[in-house]
Amino acid sequence: MGSSHADQHRNPLRDPLDQRLPRVAGPCGVVLFGVTGDLSRKKVMPAIYDLANRGLLPPGFALVGFARRDWADEDFAQLVHDNVREHSRTPFREEVWDQLSQGIRFVEGDLGDPTAYARLKATVDELDATRGTGGNHAFYLSIPPGLFPVVLQQLQASGLAQSDPGSWRRVVIEKPFGHDLASAEDLNRIVGQVFDSGSVFRIDHYLGKETVQNILAVRFANTMYEPLWNSNYVDNVQITMAEDIGIGGRASYYDGIGAARDVIQNHLLQLLALTAMEEPLSFSADDVRIEKEKVLRAIRVPRDISRHTSRGQYAHGWQGGIPVLGYLEEEGISPGSTTETFAAMRLDVDNRRWAGVPFYLRTGKRLGRRVTEVAVVFKRAPHLPFAETAVQELSQNAFVFRIQPDEGITVRFGSKVPDTTSIQVRDVTMDFQYGDSFVDTSPEAYERLILDVLLGDPPLFPRHEEVELGWRILDPVLDYWAAHGAPEQYASGGWGPGSSYEMIARDGRVWRRP
Amino acid sequence: MIRLDDTSGGAVAAAIAAERHRNGSPATGMVLTLLIMSDEEFESDATAGAVAAAREHPMRIVTLIPRPSRQAPRLDAEIAVGGDDGPGEVAVMRLRGELAEHANSVAIPLLLTDTPVVAYWPSSAPDVPADDPIGRHAQRRITDTSTADDISGELQRRKVGYRPGDTDLAWTRLTPWRSALASVMDQGDPRVSAVTISAEPDNPSAVLLQAWLATALRVPVDLIASRGPGITAVVMSTAEGEISIERPSGDTATLRRPGTAESRIAMPRRDIAGLLSEELRRLDPDDVYGNVLAHLALP
Repeated sequence: MGSSHADQHRNPLRDPLDQRLPRVAGPCGVVLFGVTGDLSRKKVMPAIYDLANRGLLPPGFALVGFARRDWADEDFAQLVHDNVREHSRTPFREEVWDQLSQGIRFVEGDLGDPTAYARLKATVDELDATRGTGGNHAFYLSIPPGLFPVVLQQLQASGLAQSDPGSWRRVVIEKPFGHDLASAEDLNRIVGQVFDSGSVFRIDHYLGKETVQNILAVRFANTMYEPLWNSNYVDNVQITMAEDIGIGGRASYYDGIGAARDVIQNHLLQLLALTAMEEPLSFSADDVRIEKEKVLRAIRVPRDISRHTSRGQYAHGWQGGIPVLGYLEEEGISPGSTTETFAAMRLDVDNRRWAGVPFYLRTGKRLGRRVTEVAVVFKRAPHLPFAETAVQELSQNAFVFRIQPDEGITVRFGSKVPDTTSIQVRDVTMDFQYGDSFVDTSPEAYERLILDVLLGDPPLFPRHEEVELGWRILDPVLDYWAAHGAPEQYASGGWGPGSSYEMIARDGRVWRRP
Repeated sequence: MIRLDDTSGGAVAAAIAAERHRNGSPATGMVLTLLIMSDEEFESDATAGAVAAAREHPMRIVTLIPRPSRQAPRLDAEIAVGGDDGPGEVAVMRLRGELAEHANSVAIPLLLTDTPVVAYWPSSAPDVPADDPIGRHAQRRITDTSTADDISGELQRRKVGYRPGDTDLAWTRLTPWRSALASVMDQGDPRVSAVTISAEPDNPSAVLLQAWLATALRVPVDLIASRGPGITAVVMSTAEGEISIERPSGDTATLRRPGTAESRIAMPRRDIAGLLSEELRRLDPDDVYGNVLAHLALP
């Protein structure tokens, strides 16, 4: 790494003790492929504006759009403008926009056309000369992964991928990082031929969330949790990411991908890794990755996949009082589709700390409410010196990281019910909630991640090793499902198919209602 | 707002707890207690700023307004808990008669258990905030020299009375300027030989900026008067020519550097809420501020 602008000379105005100064990206630009996609419009463009508005982009920042459209710079600027107006988090300020729009360019061309890349290179060179972007450019590929090879080859052939000494070229790719191990390896090979691994930034916006980083802070900055964080005290761990919406307009992306590839392979396995990993030597990107990889390597998929996994498709029905379509009735979905919209599975971590503690992962669309959480469920106390009736309402203690919404922490424990004739113990919860801010903070995950790309700061990005390990875990399950017909239908607005409850009941456990 | 007339610190704490209960959330989850010592003139801006900052830092805000007079000692309070204004708890209290001298006795029962305490004087702070009865509770003590009548006298008091944990909003206001200047220097050392700062006369932030640049760059830094608002320009003489950041309007700055197109930097002046939010993000001593105070060249 070490290509960050800050370490080339010691800046006398940056004192390591000075914690107030934000990290501002050095001279640079972003080249955006796939300018009309949802993600580009709703996340990337607004995040770039928000960063500019917070003063975190360099003054000469440049944004280049590349697409097969007959557009002038102004047309692209208008598109960015409209989406910034609609989706940015911070207030719109004319002077910030003026500044940003001066650096907006558009290059028209086909993704496979060498002459278009020659024009792109000329534009980038022009920006280096006039805006002072210093040869530093990030290529943001917000395009279907099938198009990566052609774009990467062209970037290489045109010389755009090569940086001069003292400057950098980086590439940003969005999930899905492949659809199975083989395709992920292909993708990594293709990207790796053009960019070295330190210059490849895989965006998993979940990892940019404050709360995800807080899992490590809570675990390793405190005394009181880590002693309990093992199979002596933990009964099971439940990681849930539920969405209340259906697939909306994403039919073409979602069909054939499904819940497991879309969510479990990346988000839930990352959450599992952060929850289960050993303490890293330091919080540097490499040390954290080493520990995450160790735990991902230790994951074992159930031998009998039919008994310990579940998948489903949402059926039409009512959700929160509103009638909704079933998955197979959604526009753009074939009535015979076997894509799952709900997936759950048991995974085991084969190491001393976690032997015998199942990790249950589940995700789905059109579930009861939108929630993402990691719940560590503890064993019951080995002996309860109370009458049986006294503890009937006491279940298991739990420690919950709430990732969204209402980011924070919940602890569930037993407490005496006041004023009962005989002692009675019941579950109560204790909540801690981060404040949500109106002022300057709580940046969108995308702001954080894009800034980290421009700063060359890698801790929050999964490396290709982690991606491949994720597929190694998921592939056998996906293969089994592919060979076993259609997923089970489940009612919209609930918590998934019956097989999900049966799967966990086989282990003598129940799902938490998140 | 709930009014409690002729009350006590303990009764106010109990009323806050009762109100929180009535709202259905007995747990507080507050991360700190902010004690504001203010007179009537600055009270409402300070409290309102703190309430807005509580969205980022859920906290209990205790505003103490001494109203010395010859009447009998009496405490009047207004409290608000949660609701539309954000997650914080607010108690605004007027301390009448002899009680004005004993604000600490009112504050003690209102300090949240085992969480950090921050003290904030929007105007007229004690000579040594750390030795003040209220300041002694606090690990972070925030003053605001910009509200003083005699700016250089006030900076001198802050310098003499400085203890680690002190900080001043005049320093906080500088962060965008300091950040912009630091990022100019990120792009390679331009070998600065001298700096000129233009600012409204009697602007304490400009004096602090002068000291910061002089200590960090070890070059002469001049301060000249402009019409404001606040700091309007910083011009660095360098080997490659003049690098300047000018902010005539108090909203957007223009960066000029030889060999590069001029560019604009959003640098709006911030309100109290924004400043307090920045302050509360870190509660350990601000050594850089302490060092700048130590190097202040005052008449």
